[in-house]
Amino acid sequence: MRLLLRKFMARELAKALVFLLSSVPFLILVWRSFRGDLTANPVEFFQHQTGDWTLRFLIFTLCITPFRKLLLLPELIRFRRMLGLFAFFYVCLHFLTYLGPDQSFNVAGMLKDVGKRPFITVGFAAFVLLIPMAITSTAGWIRRLGGKRWQALHRSIYVCAILGVIHYYWLVKADVRKPLFYGFLVGILLIWRLLNWLSKRSQPAVSEVRPVETS
Amino acid sequence: MLIKKTAELTPAQITPKSVYLNRRNFLRGIGIAGAATVAGEGLSALLRHPATVHASTKLATVKSNYTVDEKISSENDVTHYNNFYEFGSEKGDPAKNSQNFRTTPWTVSIEGEVKTPRKFSLDEILKLAPLEERIYRHRCVERWSIVVPWIGYSLNAILKLVEPTAKAKYVAFQSFYDPKQMPQARYTGLDYPYVEGLRLDEAMHPLALLCVGMYGETLPNQDGAPVRMVIPWKYGYKSIKSIVKIKVQSSEPPTTWNRLAPNEYGFYSNVNPNVDHPRWSQATERRLGEIFMHKTLLFNGYSDQVASLYSGMDLKKFH
Repeated sequence: MRLLLRKFMARELAKALVFLLSSVPFLILVWRSFRGDLTANPVEFFQHQTGDWTLRFLIFTLCITPFRKLLLLPELIRFRRMLGLFAFFYVCLHFLTYLGPDQSFNVAGMLKDVGKRPFITVGFAAFVLLIPMAITSTAGWIRRLGGKRWQALHRSIYVCAILGVIHYYWLVKADVRKPLFYGFLVGILLIWRLLNWLSKRSQPAVSEVRPVETS
Repeated sequence: MLIKKTAELTPAQITPKSVYLNRRNFLRGIGIAGAATVAGEGLSALLRHPATVHASTKLATVKSNYTVDEKISSENDVTHYNNFYEFGSEKGDPAKNSQNFRTTPWTVSIEGEVKTPRKFSLDEILKLAPLEERIYRHRCVERWSIVVPWIGYSLNAILKLVEPTAKAKYVAFQSFYDPKQMPQARYTGLDYPYVEGLRLDEAMHPLALLCVGMYGETLPNQDGAPVRMVIPWKYGYKSIKSIVKIKVQSSEPPTTWNRLAPNEYGFYSNVNPNVDHPRWSQATERRLGEIFMHKTLLFNGYSDQVASLYSGMDLKKFH
């Protein structure tokens, strides 16, 4: 069963499928906007949905490494870049609803708002931090930077996820259940990394599974 | 480079293999469940459609002097985009969760510093004064706004009837609360029952509306049936819904949002573009159904009528 799954994940078709699934929230939003069915406050709905999906895709991206090891599915790595780029795609839409409808494309006014409102400051910081990661997500950039430096840069996703949760937590008025839920997931994913790192320091690494051949 | 020496382990410190493996299963379980919840919940929220019907009775009204000449918001928007935390904190929750809310029989008790405290049935309230249709601007602290044809009459009509005493300085309002009918309330972060308050002179101002309907009909449950306040120059949360008690008193009453975050929601909560919410600007607002923002007006555009209530007051301090 696992072997079948791994073989499937090694195929290009699996990537196409993940791409399609990751586009579904966007396609639903497009479809609903054509039907004029984006609730009474379309801008807010679009903004909240794209914000939610950014956090979700950051969480999916952070799931890849622990899931590879815990589920013994090393091929999951093939989807990590795509999931990360989808997080970036949704955050761009999220940011555009803020820059456009909220700030009337007034960049100076927007930057003033960014400086003045802590929840915007952290959200904007997370967005800016995602940009270099999106740019350097190609194989060419991994080569140019070298694995170690590239990895160090891309560890900033941990900071982005934390800032994203804070951004959401500071936004809500009273009902903090959803931001806390995201915070809980991000917390688990980061604590797993911490434990993993601590245990790696005390024992030599042992590869658990060999990769299957990719087609 | 620092190379840390591995500390020696005693047998008791070594985690048994079964526990170790279980921990993996546990984490795996959490991971899968978490990811599935995140994705599933998100998609279902995207696909959910609001209901569009509500039971209501037509109300006959007379013309009113207190009305603005602006484009009225769509009834469907006003009935499906609500802050009524007793029925859940998402905008679509009240329309969904309030459908079985029982509003008959209903009484409103008026008590405290009044000469003739008494209970009013809803029927008595409906017949106490001629019902007027008033088109008001309504501005939420969250920076969205609507224009609604409310139905009701000035709260002062009923207050005059019970005759406030010389000690009367404030009016406290209380919403209905029944955790059985409002099971979502306890997760929303507010204390219930919802309470609000006005200074007596604010409450006696003719614009302060005791409201029993909108769009020509009785109030839908999600908009605060069967009787609510509408105070058009204050942020929306001051316009308390589903009122069961009005108490006239000598001291300033506690108010729900103020209790939650005193620095963010003051007792007065007058609409004021010059006094920002600590977390966002109040200079602009978005009319439901529109994309870009409008300028917000001082006292929500009702300065001529209400500014005198606050003359000499520091509106930043008493926000």
